[in-house]
Parts: sequence; C-alpha cells; structure tokens
Amino acid sequence: MPDAPLLLAIIMLVALNLYAIMGGADYGGGVWDLLAVGKRAKEQRDLIAGAIGPIWEANHVWLILVVVILFAAFPLAFSVVSIALHIPLTLLLLGIIARGTAFTFRKYDSTKDHVQRRWGRIFAVASLITPMLLGIVVGAISQGTITTDIAGKSFGEVYVQPWCNAFCFAVGGFALVLFSFLAAVYATVFAQSEELKTDFQRRALGAQGACACLALLVFLLAEKSAPGLRESLANSSWSIVLQAATAICAISSSVALLKRKFHVARFFAAGQVSLILWGWGLAQFPYLVRPDTTINNAQGAASTQTLLIAAIASGAILLFPSFYFLLKVFRHQIDQPINK
Amino acid sequence: MSDLIFARAQMGFSLAFHIIFAVAGIALPLMMVIAEALWLKTGDETYKTITKRWARGTAVLFAVGAVSGTVLSFELGLLWPAFMKWSGSIIGLPFALEGYAFFTEAIFLGIYLYGWDKVSRSMHLMSGCIVALSGALSAVFVVTANAWMNAPTGFTLVGNLPTEIDPIKAMCSPAAFPQVLHMLIAAYAAIGLLAAGVHAFILLRDRQNEFHRRAFGICLALGCTMAILEPLSGDILAQMVAKTQPVKLAALEGQFDTMRGAPLRIGGLPDVTKAETPYSIEIPKLLSFLAHHDFNAEIQGLKDFPRENWPPVLWVHLNFQLMVLCGSIMGLVSMCAAAIYLKTRKLPDNPLFLKAVVAISPLGLVAIESGWMVTELGRQPWVVTGILRTRDAVTPMPGLALPFFMFLLVYLILAVVVVILLIREFSRSADLHVGTASAQASKDSDHA
Repeated sequence: MPDAPLLLAIIMLVALNLYAIMGGADYGGGVWDLLAVGKRAKEQRDLIAGAIGPIWEANHVWLILVVVILFAAFPLAFSVVSIALHIPLTLLLLGIIARGTAFTFRKYDSTKDHVQRRWGRIFAVASLITPMLLGIVVGAISQGTITTDIAGKSFGEVYVQPWCNAFCFAVGGFALVLFSFLAAVYATVFAQSEELKTDFQRRALGAQGACACLALLVFLLAEKSAPGLRESLANSSWSIVLQAATAICAISSSVALLKRKFHVARFFAAGQVSLILWGWGLAQFPYLVRPDTTINNAQGAASTQTLLIAAIASGAILLFPSFYFLLKVFRHQIDQPINK
Repeated sequence: MSDLIFARAQMGFSLAFHIIFAVAGIALPLMMVIAEALWLKTGDETYKTITKRWARGTAVLFAVGAVSGTVLSFELGLLWPAFMKWSGSIIGLPFALEGYAFFTEAIFLGIYLYGWDKVSRSMHLMSGCIVALSGALSAVFVVTANAWMNAPTGFTLVGNLPTEIDPIKAMCSPAAFPQVLHMLIAAYAAIGLLAAGVHAFILLRDRQNEFHRRAFGICLALGCTMAILEPLSGDILAQMVAKTQPVKLAALEGQFDTMRGAPLRIGGLPDVTKAETPYSIEIPKLLSFLAHHDFNAEIQGLKDFPRENWPPVLWVHLNFQLMVLCGSIMGLVSMCAAAIYLKTRKLPDNPLFLKAVVAISPLGLVAIESGWMVTELGRQPWVVTGILRTRDAVTPMPGLALPFFMFLLVYLILAVVVVILLIREFSRSADLHVGTASAQASKDSDHA
C-alpha cells in the first residue's frame, strides 16, 4: 500500500490523464474548428460542437481536482508553481475563460452566421493557445529551472526563464498536436457520413505524424534542457517497457485508422496519450517541481491528506456511475442527427 | 497604486463577478424544479415552458460560473501564494468537497438539459433536484472556507506555523453556520426577486400573459419567503461577529468607544481621524441588544484595538448600511406581497405592486455584493484573522497592474455579453401565451 503523499500524487496523475483524454479532445476539437476547410467545413464544425456539447463543463473538474489536491496536500508546491509560473498560468486562465464562454455563447447566441463565426473564431484561437500553455507549464516543472529562493534574482530569472525557452515550447506544441490527434480520432467515431469520417481520418493521421516529430524534438531538446527528466526516461528499466507499449499503441492506432476501424483507433489513441503521460509522471517521480520540490518535502498535514483521500474515494464511488450515466444519455443524443 | 492594491482589486472583482453566477446557480435550479414539479402535478404545459426557459438560463449562467470559478481556484495561488502555502492544508478539504459538488452539478445539469426525452420524468425531475442541491452545497463548502478565514479554528500555532491540523474542526468554525445560512437565504431572495422583477416588467404591459403570471408567482413565492427570513439569519450572524470579530462589528457600526448600551446607527460617515461617526441617527441601546440580546451589553469600540488592526472603517460601515437598506426594502415589499396574498388569495398583480417589484429587483444582488464587501473589508488588514496579514500573503510578482487590467477588460466584456444574451432570452419569451406555450415547448425540446 503506497503512503498518502504517493497515493495523492497518483490520483493527480489519474486526474491529469482523464483531463488529457477527455478535456484534451475538447481543446483539439477547437483546433479542427479553426482548420475546418473545404465544402464540408460547416459539417465538420457542427460535428465538433455536437461532440463537445454538455461534457466540457464537467471536464474542467479534472483540472480543478489537480489544483485542489496540489494546494491541500502539497501547499508548498502550489506556492512555488504559482509564483514562478505566474505569467503562463495567467495566460492559461485567460485562454480557459475565452474558450469556455465563447463556446457557450456560440450555442446560445443568435444563429446568424456572422455571429456564430465570431464566437467560433475566439473559441478556436483559445483552443489553440490554451493546450500550448498547459504543455509549457508541464515542461517548466520538469525542467529543473524553477528556484524556490527568489531573493536577489532579476525579474527575468524568476518569472520568465523557467518557462520561456525552446524545450517548454516544444512540450507545448507536443501537447497541442496530441490533443488534436485525439479529437480527430474521436471525430471519426462520431461522424455520421463516410465523407466526414474520411476527413477526420486524414486529419488524425496527419496529427499522428506531427506527434512523432514533436516527441522526437522534445526528447532531443531534453538532453540539454531537462537532463534529469531525460536521464530518468532513457535509463530506467521501466522506461523501456513503457516506451515499447506507447509505440505499440501509436502503431496500432495508425493502422486501425488506415483500415477504418475507428472504434479500435479510439481505444489505442487514448492509450497512447495516457502512456505518454504516465511515462512523464514516472520520469518526474518523486518531483512535483524540479529541482527542489518533491512529494515528500512539499507535503502538508497528514490528517488533511488522509481525509482528502477518503473524500476523493467516496466521491468517486458516487460520481463515476453518474458520469457514466451522463455519457450514456449523451451518446443517445449524438446518435441522432443534429438539428440546428 | 501598489501591487497589493491591484492584487486585492483583482481578487475582489473576480469574486464579485463570480458570486452573481454562483447565486444564480443556487437559486435558478430550485425555481426550475419547482416549475417542473408543478408541470408534472398539474399537466399544465405552461409550467413546462417555464421550466425550459429557466433551464436555458441556468445553462448559460452555470457555464460562465464554472469558468469564473476555475479562474478563482488559480487566482488564489497566483495572487496569494503565501496564504495558500500557510492554509492550504487546513482549508483544502472544503475546496475539494466543493469540487465534487461542482462536478455533481455539472453532470446532472448535463443529464437535465440533454435528457428531456431520454430519461423517465421522475429521473429527470430528480436530476434537477440534484442540480439544485449540489449548487447549494457548493456554496456551503466555499463559504465554510471563508468562515475559517474570519474565525480560524482547527490548528495550533507554533511560532508562525500551524500544527496539529484538524481539517474537520477547521470546517466547523463558529462563523461557518451563520455565514452559510445568511448566504443561502440571500441567494434565493436575490435571484427570486430579480426574476420576479423581470416577469413583472412584462406583466405590466401584458397583464393576462399566463406564462409570465405563473413564472412571476413562483419567483415571488420563493423570493419573498427568503427576503422575510433573511433578517433573522442576519441576527444570528451579527451575534457571531460580535463574539468572534469585535473589531469588525465596531467598524460595521462606526463604534469608536467601548460602552454599555451602545446605540444602533442609521447612516453616518465614520471619521477615523476624529474617531466619531457624525450624521447618523442613533437608536439608543439597540446595537447592544442586536449583538448580545441584552440592552445593556458592552460593545467594544475601535479604540480598544491597535490602530494598525482597524479595517477601513468608512467603507465597511457604508457597505453595511447599503446591505441593510437593500435587505430592508426587499423585506418590506415581500411583507406587502404576503399581506396582499393572504387577503385576496390571488397573485398580487396590481400595477403599483408590479412596479415596486421591478424597482427593487436588482437590490438583492446589490445587497450580496455589499455584504461580501463588509465581510472581506471588515477582516482587513488580515487574510486570516489575527494571524496572517494580507500584505504578507501577496505574491512577490511585480507589475500586477497588467493582469488586473487584462482580467478587468475580459470580465467587462463577459458581463456585457451575458446581459445581452439574457435580455434576448427574456424578450423572446415576452410574447408567449397559453395557446402558443405548448408549441413553443416542443420547439424548445429540439433546441435544448
């Protein structure tokens, strides 16, 4: 049985995982909204809007869960991240606001085309920037340039350098293409017509190619920028197994896409993204924020951690069935043609 | 202005913005399920139309509230990292529980909005009830965390750091129950009467409109009941403040001298340099009675406390006066409504009364905003009463003016858009009549 801090760290990673494969697809959907082209552009956009529908508000909860666990169980880490990454986190928030509200307003505002397009544009651009920033934040906490001791350091050293560099941007780009990939694969399942399925099949394969390139780029940049992380990724025994599994998922999802087995592709695509995330999590262990902050030295009161785990466990027992029920009700909805 | 002021201002307007959506998320779902229950009971399709209208309103407001709430969870750290580091372990639990309540609300709102024809009627109604309940629970947890900041419990101070942390005890701060009660009732009163005002506005032009008559009836019943109850919860809250935060009470009332049989002041402009509150009407001994239920009880004045621990007395006092004024007017109009109803047994719909309801409709929100100003400004200079000063909790990040103006701009745009969308919803519903209601309802179900 793992101890409380480790268990909470695992729960955070699970929450991030769920955020990536569900919320991530919402972001990716926005990217395809932006890139919708050709004579089926409107159908593509409607498909994405229909697929995001009621879930996106719920999906934010995974991110909130991470934030809440971080400040309740590891208050020191929360404070360190909030200070050093003030700028990207603030921009991330602006992105979340713009995206969420633009999507809702598009749904409830006038159905006139130019109004719809205006909200759609904001939604799409914010969908592009927000996952980039998420990736940048993940890159920054893995890199080992965030110092807890800020006395006597310049503004640039404390607030800009930890995240404003090639490695972090590469991780941001990687997050973006991964989410776009997921969204495109999901869309191949939801699409009603064969033409639409083909549109998103092509997009998914293209995004898969981009994922491979960016993964390589991140790995190469890590040698100089994030040596601790890379060391852990390259030289651990678990890492080989995990990377092999990730590669198998990636190949399987690509083959399934090519063969138009879209349900199979969805399964492997979600697996691929999850494994990449868990690989990162294991490589990051035991750090929350490299180079100083770990799950042991950042932890708060033990009593709170125990209660937090109890609350999360009992909440999960109630909420997972409810969430499943919502997805079932919603599945019903998208099996019917969208009437706008 | 200093970075500290910008940080406080940004936190302030973020909360002021969010609270409107939060209270709507508490009260609108309740109104929505009341209307749905009436539809199921009477079979009257007008109630179904009302339900669907309010469900649309709930959806828009919930979405904006979800986003502004997510922003707040980050802002706590971005603006006040030292506060979160200090108290994260102590009040993290209610925030985690709030996350669950929010998730429950989101899930069941999804089922409610998209499940009209897909789940059974009773399951649908129950989903609505869960939305209403979890909306209220969210408020319970968040206000509990705030109550702890006002009257901290559940830990032992060793040096400057908390030890022996007991998060359950921290949630049972003496301020928790009175604050939660006052907030929940305020939410129902404010949103009930606000919505009543909107329907009254249309009824003034079209008195026989059944859609608006029935909607008005539900809003009025909820809003008036709660507006009449609110002063009672205020009394419980005032006694708690007197006991746990005497300096806040003194600032609320502009009471500078410690005395027995202290008067209640109506109006007045506290002057901290002269340590007096001129231009007020004083009702002898009433403050002592309200605070301790004893006309001769001693009230501690501001002079009993070190000057550097005084909150901004003028602003606390004025906001308190404003809150009480708004609440009193709402209470009076509500009593009129109750009197008319008890005498005639009919919906109070004479034009004068309708005009009065329209006129007071925004006051509930004004009272909520000013009430929170009282709570938050009244706790200054502390972020955790008596323990952690606000100026020690702020982020070392310089240049906080920039995010302040960025967020201000974004929130202003959001506010304008939400108002435009809601006005459009209302004006769309203005023409609804009984005959067209069912047709409209079936049209809505395609859209919902």
